[in-house]
Amino acid sequence: MRFLPHTDADIRAMLATVGVAEVGDLFAAVPPELRARAKLEIGPGLPEMDVRVRLEALAARNHGARQLCCAGAGAYPHFVPAIVDQVLQRAEFYSAYTPYQPEVSQGTLQAIFEFQSLVAMLLDMDVANASMYDGASATAEAVLMARRISPKRPRIVLSRALHPQYRQVVRTYTSGAGDVQLVEAPFSGDGRTDYEWLARHVNEGTAAVVVGYPNFFGVIEDLAEVAALTHERGALLVTATSEVMALGILKPPGASGADIAVAEGQSLGIPLSYGGPGVGLFATRTAHVRAIPGRLVGEAADGAGRRGYVLTLATREQHIRREKATSNICTNQGLMTLAVTVYLSTVGKAGLHGLAVANAAAAHRAAARLTGTGRWRLQFGAPFFNEFVLSGADAEARWEAARTRDVLAGVPLRRWYPELPDSLLLCVTEVHDAQAIERLGEVLGVGA
Amino acid sequence: MSEAGSKKKGKQAGLLLDEPLIFERSRPGRCGFSVEASAGDPADFLPAEMLRGPIDGFPEVSEPEVLRHFLRLSQWNYGAASTFYPLGSCTMKYNPVANEAVARLPGFTGLHPFAPDDAAQGALKLIWELERLLAEISGMAAVTLQPAAGAQGELTGMKMIRACHVERGRPRSKVLIPASAHGTNPASATLCGYSTVQIEGSRGGLLDVDAVRQVMDDDVAALMVTNPNTLGLFEREMMPVAQVVHERGGLVYLDGANLNALMGVAKPAHMGADVLQFNLHKTFSTPHGGGGPGAGPVGVSEVLVPYLPTPRLVRGDGQLRWSDDFPRSIGRVRSFYGNFGMLVRAFAYILAMGGDGLTQATRMAVLSANYIRCRLEGTYQLAHPGVCMHECVFSDKGFETLGVKTLDIAKRLLDYGFYAPTIYFPLVVSGAIMIEPTETESKEALDEFIEAMLAIACEARENPDLVRNAPVLTPVGRLDEARAARRPVLRWEPPQNSAES
Amino acid sequence: MEFPEDLKYSKEHEWVLVEDNVATVGITDYAQDQLGDIVFVEMPAIGDKVSKEDAFGVVESVKAVSDIYAPVSGKVLEVNDDLPDNPEMVNEDPYGDGWMIKIEMNDPEELQDLMTAAEYEEYVAEEKE
Repeated sequence: MRFLPHTDADIRAMLATVGVAEVGDLFAAVPPELRARAKLEIGPGLPEMDVRVRLEALAARNHGARQLCCAGAGAYPHFVPAIVDQVLQRAEFYSAYTPYQPEVSQGTLQAIFEFQSLVAMLLDMDVANASMYDGASATAEAVLMARRISPKRPRIVLSRALHPQYRQVVRTYTSGAGDVQLVEAPFSGDGRTDYEWLARHVNEGTAAVVVGYPNFFGVIEDLAEVAALTHERGALLVTATSEVMALGILKPPGASGADIAVAEGQSLGIPLSYGGPGVGLFATRTAHVRAIPGRLVGEAADGAGRRGYVLTLATREQHIRREKATSNICTNQGLMTLAVTVYLSTVGKAGLHGLAVANAAAAHRAAARLTGTGRWRLQFGAPFFNEFVLSGADAEARWEAARTRDVLAGVPLRRWYPELPDSLLLCVTEVHDAQAIERLGEVLGVGA
Repeated sequence: MSEAGSKKKGKQAGLLLDEPLIFERSRPGRCGFSVEASAGDPADFLPAEMLRGPIDGFPEVSEPEVLRHFLRLSQWNYGAASTFYPLGSCTMKYNPVANEAVARLPGFTGLHPFAPDDAAQGALKLIWELERLLAEISGMAAVTLQPAAGAQGELTGMKMIRACHVERGRPRSKVLIPASAHGTNPASATLCGYSTVQIEGSRGGLLDVDAVRQVMDDDVAALMVTNPNTLGLFEREMMPVAQVVHERGGLVYLDGANLNALMGVAKPAHMGADVLQFNLHKTFSTPHGGGGPGAGPVGVSEVLVPYLPTPRLVRGDGQLRWSDDFPRSIGRVRSFYGNFGMLVRAFAYILAMGGDGLTQATRMAVLSANYIRCRLEGTYQLAHPGVCMHECVFSDKGFETLGVKTLDIAKRLLDYGFYAPTIYFPLVVSGAIMIEPTETESKEALDEFIEAMLAIACEARENPDLVRNAPVLTPVGRLDEARAARRPVLRWEPPQNSAES
Repeated sequence: MEFPEDLKYSKEHEWVLVEDNVATVGITDYAQDQLGDIVFVEMPAIGDKVSKEDAFGVVESVKAVSDIYAPVSGKVLEVNDDLPDNPEMVNEDPYGDGWMIKIEMNDPEELQDLMTAAEYEEYVAEEKE
């Protein structure tokens, strides 16, 4: 087997040193009744070429990957410059372990320090961690952190306009973990969370209010207002951003009063890949740094005064704090943080802004085009970034018809919002040129 | 700004490339990306008070500079591809490059997770087959691939255990965990609302069925156990221990981190495991990535199948599709379906290895660990004598009179060009040095490592300062971690300017 | 290793200085030595109630974390405000500037359960084996 170097001669020599007659003797501690039933009913190993053929055949059956994709809803079609993958293919990065031996891991550590800095700037917060698994689990961890900060406040208010999967994951994470009460805030006709409802229901028993920014409908919440009424009642504001490209032109959560800001980083240099891996961004204020879950990289110096980087504040983490840890997270999304770091370094200050503008422009042009004939209307009146909800008669049938013409025209909302049976959540990004928008219009029955 | 250490800028010595932060390379006006000339004025479609301008402090570098920056950083890393990484408990085996190639097929990378099921049958088939392959390897009744990493898999497993007990009438309140367990075990148990009861390992570091019987009662929801354990030893009393737990209505969680020692030799399901989490980034060759991404699939026995996270794959009319129709499920643990990109890699690996290959991998991993054990045990103190499985644990006992500790030995290994073994874990061995060679290291690589360890033992006797001051041949020496924790500097700050708010 | 005679000691390696009804508490020289460089100390608030043998705070070093247990019960009168910014004082002067909290005792009889300097020194010697 090509990955196993040991020849018969090697094995004989090693057995001689160990002092046993055959390899099987090394398993004497394993009860015979277990050994007898252990044979793996898996076929023989395949040569590389055959594995390739098999995987290509599977990939070819995903004709969804060849369709025009105008869907977001937590995973966004963006262009990834070639340089990202070039760096990710460096074996020094991808085959490295978690940087517990900092002297030989400065590449990984410095890259993470740069990542933490970029995320903190992007979200406009004081400090960011070295990543969580995804936006959904980052949101759940933010909720748990809010409870650690305010242990006497059992309520968590989640906006119903927050990504349904994020809400589901929060639910799974908080069930059985202390007396957490999850409450859902309705959304208003304009697509934002119902702020009046929040004002009435957020109280001194509420640890945190969680809103999407933009929310699941693509709508931009009025964070200043949510922050005001949240803070007035002594609760924390948590924002969750699934389309983080938006923060290229939107006022960041930190500037609007968020106490904990999380996001899904997939839009920044990571392909769709059927939903994973992505990367969870997590940032907060300095005052809460010791309650942060996950790894943190900090600056340090060696004996000769050279600057370096180390994993720090590790006593919060599972390998030391064990049952009192701030989280159980160990492996996070390492290489994906490198992808984000390379991407943001490449697009940079001007590029991220330019891309965000291009996204917003394309989406607004598309929305105007699609609602021009009256066949479709914008469901929500509040401002949006690159996702918007279109409503019209027979929306789902239209969506099905579009599929047969190789266009994924957004995602029908009915499965999560039964009150919106005729609505599609569409996403338009920098990858959709004029031709793509034309085609989208065509399949949605909006003539030439 | 930082207090720690002066900036190194442009100082080079041969290949010891000095590389500042990307922000320190920035110059106003540079950009590594061609921005569309004029997409429009954002104020045309969004209220001005919602907007921000380009972010102050964000990098301004050209594309060649970006590449140079990250290539230079990469030179400072020891990766398992270039260096022997004997990290116990991490299974740093070869990451097949073929896996990287197939994971990047556009049919996989370009697939949106909300592509309708009939447009994603390739992905669904891959997931379906991988679930079955892992079930076969472990003997478990069913598998979920949703958890993003081992720890998330543990959380999933513990949540399922809890859900099962709740349905039976009472969640119960305690989880039994051996003192040798990985830290994620008690952390995960606590996250599920359980308190942890530690079981001390007994004779020879193994679980003792009598010790378990003493603490097992009707209020214990589960026993979390690793087999082989973190000392690299097979838990001989695993089956009677499982029986004791089951008899009182408890469930057995098996931490599958050490599965590399069991393939084709013993199936966790047959040992009495009700839940098993797999680490694809350990046993199944997906790259460690400097800390992820991983994947932590979970296998369950029949009794826990109803609680598996949703959505789950079901088959009908010759097609596969996702279904949420599992009312007793614990719900969703992460967005979409899991770390799909890692699932592709693990699947390709299992196809390449086949049943015989995986079995041989286990055999060679165990042989290699024992080879190292036998060659080093005259020089280093073995924590527990006798045959080990895929890893062996030594300690620094005997070196304290020389003023040399485990940490020093580990650091000196870096000078020899090796990554250090896992140190100070498991906690039950003072000064632990845990070595796991895996099956993909040649005998020559093992011999080089052994020679280095023997040389360091000599140095400890003859020139202890050399060991205590190590490493000296790395880009930086030992870093002042205390200072880093007392005065944490966790990010770069843009030079004084409050334009951004 | 220092074991000041005028102090009392607990099994969890805390020291107590008794003045009238007030107990000043910190961790011993042996404890700080075992922990290594202290990076953070988490302490209760003034007015909090503490109970004998219950944890009232946490002391963290780079590689380890340890609960700090109340040697006597009572109410927290004072907390060493300098410690959060200067945790190294616990290493440098564990019995002086490294003091942690002052407790107003509600049951001075509990002091009898603590060890003298000589007893504690012996206790530490045994632990080291």
